[in-house]
Amino acid sequence: MSDTTDLKRTALFETHISSKAKMVDFGGWHMPVQYSSIIEEHSAVRTGVGLFDVSHMGEIEVRGPQALDLVNYVATNNAAKLKPWQAHYSALLYEHGGTVDDILVHRLPNGDMFLCVNASNQEKDFDHIKTVVAGKNFDADVDLASSRYAQIAVQGPKGLATLQKLTKTNLSEIKYYWFADGAVSNTPARIARTGYTGEDGFEIYIEPAEATRLWKELLSAGEEFGIKPCGLGARNTLRLEAAMALFGHELTASINPLEANLGWIVKMDKGDFVGRAALEKLQAAGLTRTLVGFEMKERGIGRDGYEVWVDGKTAGWVTSGGPSPTLNKNIGLCYLPTAKAHAGVPIQVIIRNSPVEAVTVTTPFYKRAKA
Amino acid sequence: MSYPDNLKYTKEHEWVLVEGDQGTIGITDHAQSELGDIVFVDLPKPGATVTKGSTFGSVESVKAVSDIYAPVSGEVLAINEALGSAPEKLNADPHGAAWLIKVKLSKADELGSLLSAADYQKYLGE
Repeated sequence: MSDTTDLKRTALFETHISSKAKMVDFGGWHMPVQYSSIIEEHSAVRTGVGLFDVSHMGEIEVRGPQALDLVNYVATNNAAKLKPWQAHYSALLYEHGGTVDDILVHRLPNGDMFLCVNASNQEKDFDHIKTVVAGKNFDADVDLASSRYAQIAVQGPKGLATLQKLTKTNLSEIKYYWFADGAVSNTPARIARTGYTGEDGFEIYIEPAEATRLWKELLSAGEEFGIKPCGLGARNTLRLEAAMALFGHELTASINPLEANLGWIVKMDKGDFVGRAALEKLQAAGLTRTLVGFEMKERGIGRDGYEVWVDGKTAGWVTSGGPSPTLNKNIGLCYLPTAKAHAGVPIQVIIRNSPVEAVTVTTPFYKRAKA
Repeated sequence: MSYPDNLKYTKEHEWVLVEGDQGTIGITDHAQSELGDIVFVDLPKPGATVTKGSTFGSVESVKAVSDIYAPVSGEVLAINEALGSAPEKLNADPHGAAWLIKVKLSKADELGSLLSAADYQKYLGE
């Protein structure tokens, strides 16, 4: 057993331990990777409802008259398009165009902005934002607020019915990628209809001291729908089926969002932002590599970091790969030369020194039926 | 979980059941539990040679791939074909129906270094 005493813990740590969840080191956090079985947890989210402790995620609050302008300068999407109580996906870039982090941006009615960022990136993101806005004189404060929030994700087609039992906020009035401030079981909560599973659901931000009580109440509320507490293992298989990027895999400091098929969160015409000049050059020169999905044709599982061949030659690498519990196929995402990064290209994934046949496919691998 | 006394164990979490000059090899309950849902088992072909301490195949779960090391040396006589279509059996019955391969033992003196059920459980800290 490796030493875990230095790992950070969420407010739900004791709950995970007493529930006998299997715990792992996830970017410096001691987190549950699975409670029962990744496949069972995955399936609960696709067909009913699953509960995730995502309190390790970071929160950055930007407050003040120019909060929106500041966010628009440091992030790629156009925050000016957000209505109050609306959220969107965005990215923080370095000047050279590589990715600092992928984030969710929420716009509050008073003009303040609420950012949800990746757990192991939060200090880096905060420092990055402070650095790039230094001397820009935005009338806004940037605050790393993570310690004030626990975050629980209630995901799946029965997520709404589960959470609705504990809140007076009419959840069906919150559209996908909108949010509301309300109360869940009498504790103040920010309730966002967002998620990282490809399923409908909510992410709620609450006081850490209330997390254990709400976790238990949510499990009770979802009992009739077969709710399962879920770990990071299922979170990963769910997001992979939905072809959602995971920082450190599809996006890194040396990969920009355009390469990751995330051009839709990069608004080149909104005005200047950090990384814009570099992306403009890259676009003019043409992208050299692009992310594309694949399915294994032969037995074998292409996993993160495995080499990919096209026409018998090294062409790229797998960023994320594994079995898809919903589709019962082995799927993955890989970087390939842009000319080859479209559906229907035969590729080989090098598994233990042997090329194994696969083919590129369109993504997402899984898309939920419209309600 | 019980670890049968008639099996010998390795610190890499394999077991071998020795009957005459034949050994049946599998992974332990601890191994399957650590791996989680097993979705793929890669085994050598009958006739192949396995060497004690060297990897002879792999077991993949949803989250990871893990090498399997031979607890004894020998020639592969048979592989458990049922695991090809139903690898999840390894989660259900790792010490029984979900054995991996049968070998003809080539070095009888190797058995002494294997762990008894009691020693293996002590090693696991149970």
